[in-house]
Amino acid sequence: MIRRMLAVAVKELLQLRRDRRTMLALLAMPVVLLLIYGFALSFDVRDIRLAVVDQSRTRASREVVEAFLKSGYFVRIADLDEPRPLDGLFDRGTAQAALVIPAGFGADVAGRRLTTLQFVLDGSDSQTASTVLGYARQIVVSESSRLYEVKLRPPVVARPLVWYNPDLDSTIFLVPGLVAFILMVSSVIATALAVVREKERGTMESLRATPLVALELLVGKTLPYLLVASVAATGSLTLAWGLFDVPIRGSIVWLALITVLFLAGGLGWGMFLSSLADTQQVAFQLGLLSSMLPTLLLSGFIFPISSMPRALQLISHIVPARYFISALREIVLKGVGPEVWWNDALALVAFGAVVLVLATVQTVRSL
Amino acid sequence: MRTLLNILVKELLQLRRDPRILPILFVAPVVQLTILGYAATTDLRRVELAVCDLDRTSASRDLVRRFIDSSYFRLVASLDDQRAIDRWLDSGRARIALTIPAGFAAVREAGGSAEVQLVADGSDAMTGTLGLSYAYGVIQQVAGTDGLRLPIELRPKVLYNPDLISRNFMVPGVLAMILMIMTMMLSSMALVRETELGTMEQLLVTPLSPGAIIVGKLVPYAMVGTVEILTALPVVLFWFDVPLRGSLAVLALLTAPFMLCTLGLGLLVSTLSSTQQQAMMISTFVFMLPQIYLSGFVFPIQNMPKAFQVVTYAVPLRYYVQVLRGVFLKGVGLEVLWPQGLAMLGLGIAILTLARIRFRQRIG
Repeated sequence: MIRRMLAVAVKELLQLRRDRRTMLALLAMPVVLLLIYGFALSFDVRDIRLAVVDQSRTRASREVVEAFLKSGYFVRIADLDEPRPLDGLFDRGTAQAALVIPAGFGADVAGRRLTTLQFVLDGSDSQTASTVLGYARQIVVSESSRLYEVKLRPPVVARPLVWYNPDLDSTIFLVPGLVAFILMVSSVIATALAVVREKERGTMESLRATPLVALELLVGKTLPYLLVASVAATGSLTLAWGLFDVPIRGSIVWLALITVLFLAGGLGWGMFLSSLADTQQVAFQLGLLSSMLPTLLLSGFIFPISSMPRALQLISHIVPARYFISALREIVLKGVGPEVWWNDALALVAFGAVVLVLATVQTVRSL
Repeated sequence: MRTLLNILVKELLQLRRDPRILPILFVAPVVQLTILGYAATTDLRRVELAVCDLDRTSASRDLVRRFIDSSYFRLVASLDDQRAIDRWLDSGRARIALTIPAGFAAVREAGGSAEVQLVADGSDAMTGTLGLSYAYGVIQQVAGTDGLRLPIELRPKVLYNPDLISRNFMVPGVLAMILMIMTMMLSSMALVRETELGTMEQLLVTPLSPGAIIVGKLVPYAMVGTVEILTALPVVLFWFDVPLRGSLAVLALLTAPFMLCTLGLGLLVSTLSSTQQQAMMISTFVFMLPQIYLSGFVFPIQNMPKAFQVVTYAVPLRYYVQVLRGVFLKGVGLEVLWPQGLAMLGLGIAILTLARIRFRQRIG
């Protein structure tokens, strides 16, 4: 049985080697996509376009403005005397935030009276807005204690500690997800075309005449793709580590293991689609739709699963990338071992087993 | 004109008979609305919180209760030992851990500043950042009720989307997605199909000019796209309660140049591919995904490296995203959005000219 599987694998590999274009696409596409998107994706908020309306024009007010600019989060795009032109600046999107310092500010600070600052911001990008508001609050707290020369003693203070990614750099968090996304799409599409091609060309008939059983055919056909996809995965992960500074804190062996499990699942899903479809075109469309959208949206890659409605959270359990991304971040960023991510690994094995059974049943039916 | 109409009718008839087109027509908008309305949310809710209360007083329990009442946090573990935090964060079962040290209540009663520790999981930077800022908010609230006031009070005023609901922007994005799928992907596939089946030759020997063929093949998809938008719009406005502050007329007017761009891209894709499969692949990977990533729709443009920022000026969706934000949330009109309209018009004409040249080379 193993011999026959290997025979199919060798045949498929030879065929793949001759199809230069496919081979190149499978090997190069993940790396190229990672290169392009890795640079473009970031949630880190910086260079916020700030309009300043300083109606006080005192030393205190200038110091507050200075504190905003020196924080590194803001760039000043306008210096106004009155708040009226702000509407236009916000409507055009020229300004994202505005700091309005009322006329009495300097006098209030000098007289040690309570005073106010107004901070206007564009909420249409809610994610950026809430981050910016947090920055502004921090600056005002530190300016309060500086200008009033008081040591603020709030009843409760929080000492924050961020683990695994102390600067909360979003690239480090997004790149592992991006690797998963790219590998999922390319591995599903790779095999989605494999069986259906034989059907289209009529060579399925000749395979049927051989003593091969469905399982041997499927596993044999998947093996070469697993090899190619593993090479592509190694390339992508090396790039993530070398170029995007994603630290690899855990063991390479575990990383390899979980990656192979994930690839096997993706390739198996492609095989199942391939046995389902009658034409390469249908197989391709099914592969693209079923791998791209769920991996992009329901895997925790960008959008946190815990914030989704229950029904979508349930659906996310059948998305293999969910487990892979979680395990990947755990191995790469947290450096933990299988005692933590064993259930993710188990889920990937289960996914692989289910798709293999589905694909075998479907192939037997079509044979 | 008559011949143009004929080819238009032919295309619509063909569209109606294609069994595979129906799922795309009906499933795609529904899926996108669900996803952008429910899944693509960057508003954090129910962040998994582990609490290690070493104080065990009514004051410490009150603080914990405030975290949970805020609805941003969900208590997943109450720990007795601070070292257990490691395990909960390592496994990702908790994203934020709050430690209240022993003596918390005593320090507060003595008028001192009691310290609590917050540990955030930075491997999910989004949840980490927002979770921490929510936690500060809760703690500040506690500080406020204890009678402390900062000498300088920051009065935030959030324009356009006061509750900072990400859905308000994500959901109108469906309109852009539908337009891209209908006018770019499907139209390119339809054009390539004629080449694949060899019927393009037949069309070319008819008295129709290549321009008429192009228009006749593209316009039906623009029509279908428009109809779909009109069906999706009520769902956006009434089911998801997205405010529409500007005028529909402005939206319609500025959608036209965007469609010009996407139709042009559809034609361009068809000249770059010889099979429908290639057309689908090229339109998805070369044109659609990069446009989504580089439009500022999910990832802010100002965070990208300078070179990428320059590239975004050539992305039609960039301008359309600004139009959608402007019309839906800001309620502005042409007096503000004319540069976007002009940019899309310019890009559209450039793309169409390029596509037209390639199309002519191909058939010639």
